[in-house]
Amino acid sequence: MKEKTQVEDINTSLYDFRYESDEADMFESGITPQIIREISEEKGDPEWMTEFRLKCLDIYNKTQMPNWGPSIEGLNMNDIVTYIRPKTRMQTDWDEVPDDIKNTFERLGIPQAERESLAGVGAQYDSELVYHNVRKEVAEQGVVYTDLESAMHDERYADMIREHFMKLVPPTDHKFAALHGAVWSGGSFVYVPKGVHLDIPLQSYFRLNAKGAGQFEHTLIIVDEGAYLHFIEGCSAPKYYVASLHAGCVELFIGKNATLRYSTIENWSKNMYNLNTKRAIVEEGAKVEWVSGSFGSHTSYLYPMSILKGRGARAEFTGITFAGEGQELDTGAKIVHAAPDTSSYMNTKSISKSGGISTFRSAVQVNAGATGSKSSVSCESLMLDSESRSDTIPAMDIRTADADIGHEAKIGRISDEAVFYLMSRGMTEENAKALIVSGFADNVSKELPLEYAVEMNNLINLEMKGSIG
Amino acid sequence: MAGLLEIKDIHAAVEEKELLHGVSLTVEAGETHVLMGPNGAGKSTLGSTIMGSPEYTVTGGSIFFDGEDITELTADKRAQKGLFLSFQNPIEIPGITLSNFLRNALEQKTGKRIKLFEFKKQLRAVMDVLQMDPAYADRDLNVGFSGGEKKKAEILQLLVLKPRLAILDETDSGLDVDAVKTVSKGVSEFQKDPQNSLIIITHNTKILEALKVDKTHILVNGRIAAEGGAELVNEVNENGFEKYITAE
Repeated sequence: MKEKTQVEDINTSLYDFRYESDEADMFESGITPQIIREISEEKGDPEWMTEFRLKCLDIYNKTQMPNWGPSIEGLNMNDIVTYIRPKTRMQTDWDEVPDDIKNTFERLGIPQAERESLAGVGAQYDSELVYHNVRKEVAEQGVVYTDLESAMHDERYADMIREHFMKLVPPTDHKFAALHGAVWSGGSFVYVPKGVHLDIPLQSYFRLNAKGAGQFEHTLIIVDEGAYLHFIEGCSAPKYYVASLHAGCVELFIGKNATLRYSTIENWSKNMYNLNTKRAIVEEGAKVEWVSGSFGSHTSYLYPMSILKGRGARAEFTGITFAGEGQELDTGAKIVHAAPDTSSYMNTKSISKSGGISTFRSAVQVNAGATGSKSSVSCESLMLDSESRSDTIPAMDIRTADADIGHEAKIGRISDEAVFYLMSRGMTEENAKALIVSGFADNVSKELPLEYAVEMNNLINLEMKGSIG
Repeated sequence: MAGLLEIKDIHAAVEEKELLHGVSLTVEAGETHVLMGPNGAGKSTLGSTIMGSPEYTVTGGSIFFDGEDITELTADKRAQKGLFLSFQNPIEIPGITLSNFLRNALEQKTGKRIKLFEFKKQLRAVMDVLQMDPAYADRDLNVGFSGGEKKKAEILQLLVLKPRLAILDETDSGLDVDAVKTVSKGVSEFQKDPQNSLIIITHNTKILEALKVDKTHILVNGRIAAEGGAELVNEVNENGFEKYITAE
């Protein structure tokens, strides 16, 4: 008993801590043209952006709620605060960040990670970036890493942004893409010039602190010909008892022979509706590597999409989803083979426990002209008890006979024999199960940078604690 | 004097089917017992029941270890008190190396942190005794190990975790002569501590040749059919179990 109480405390202090936000900073809840105009004015948008936002609102109002996935009835859009005025301007010196925000990120290990292993860091708190910094030697190579707002006002990048912003994920894509277009705020802009190989990663961390709010950050990354980038995204939020919404958007443009590795660990609180859209377009000979860990959230819809546009383009997707009590996580990936000799590889693991539902949804489309393409999809599910559910919904749309397609799905329960084996060596049931789950997740953790692999294991252990009895 | 392990009239069942119909036996500290019997006699059931496998339900009787009733305890608690079971079919656990697993288990058992360097040194020494390739320490627990390596890994765990009483469930089965010798060497290493006790479940008497044996029990149809000293092993070796089966 004592141990469980103690563990509960650790759990709380890790992610669920929060500092009260000042209500006066919050915009009114709901989504109206008036609110959109206020956001746009507050942010000092260029005119085209204001117009774009209003157009998106119009599309949002005309588009139906998605009805094919988990229920989002608990999400009342009129209650969501779409914008929270920042307490600070974006800082490049960590010491200038206000204390409560600084403490939040310090507890999440952000500045420490920057010092140790990152080329640049961005930290968003609610609606706006509060800190952004890039190492000098990285900036000298011509790498741009900033918030989207600054980039939009910088004449060197303004056109680039206008040319790419929401072109890959148009607001007509679905209702929450339209919402995102209307109220987006914060996020990152990254440009890696031709041939530049960044050996150490860039990282953005998104923290949604306020109650009943939405976070709508936009990440736009352009990796030019032959360049290499590893981008890490981390997300978390403390626990409240009212619904929050995350409807971010990620657009990745990967030039000829370039490689982008995009790693994410999302650990939203369990009142969060995570309706996120991520998409990459991959040119000739280029590669996108997605690594995705989905923990937390009440309901998730998350299917990063890769469009293999040029000959020989490749996509790899490695993902893990952990659905605990009261959670329904609908995750997966989508690949479009639009050119010859393209290849895709998808490897996912999902874990469900204490009545949690995890659904793996994949879609592979091979266009008629994409001859000589290869695709391999493998998904494994592990259910930790009989109340939990796991489904796999693979879709394949193959329009050429000249393609090599493989699909493998495995759904299993945790083996009592394996638990007994470990317990017979002196491990508690809880630890034995956590060890088996970590082992199951191991080939995903191996893909993560070390500190994230450690974080993922901690998350698994936290999820497993108290799962017995 | 009470024995280290006392099994009193134990009955065990899987679902509704009773497999052990009242087995009693006592193992004193420092003793080595041999448990023999035809296939399906309930030898493994008895071993697993002593260890606390949730697969079997104890429907009657009790098990005492070091004077304490452990009948209701979970396997981890029994292990912490000093019981160990070497599995007939060790389970493959992907994602954790043999070395990390053992260090983890040892730390949980003793409640003390163990320095990695010291642990590796200790592990290496035991692996040498068992003629195990040190590379196995960094491989995932039992994953892709041959039958022989799995059994050696069980004995490795035995020697590292240092229980007070170990049950070896057909640790010698499916091994070639050399491997049996190596395993036997590992077991005699365990016997070097005069307080350590063993229950060896076996079909094959080869493993016993180099080991000290104090008592032998013949299990038939979930009951002890005969008991004796080390000489009973030789008798079974010559005549088989037939007379015990017909005696039923």
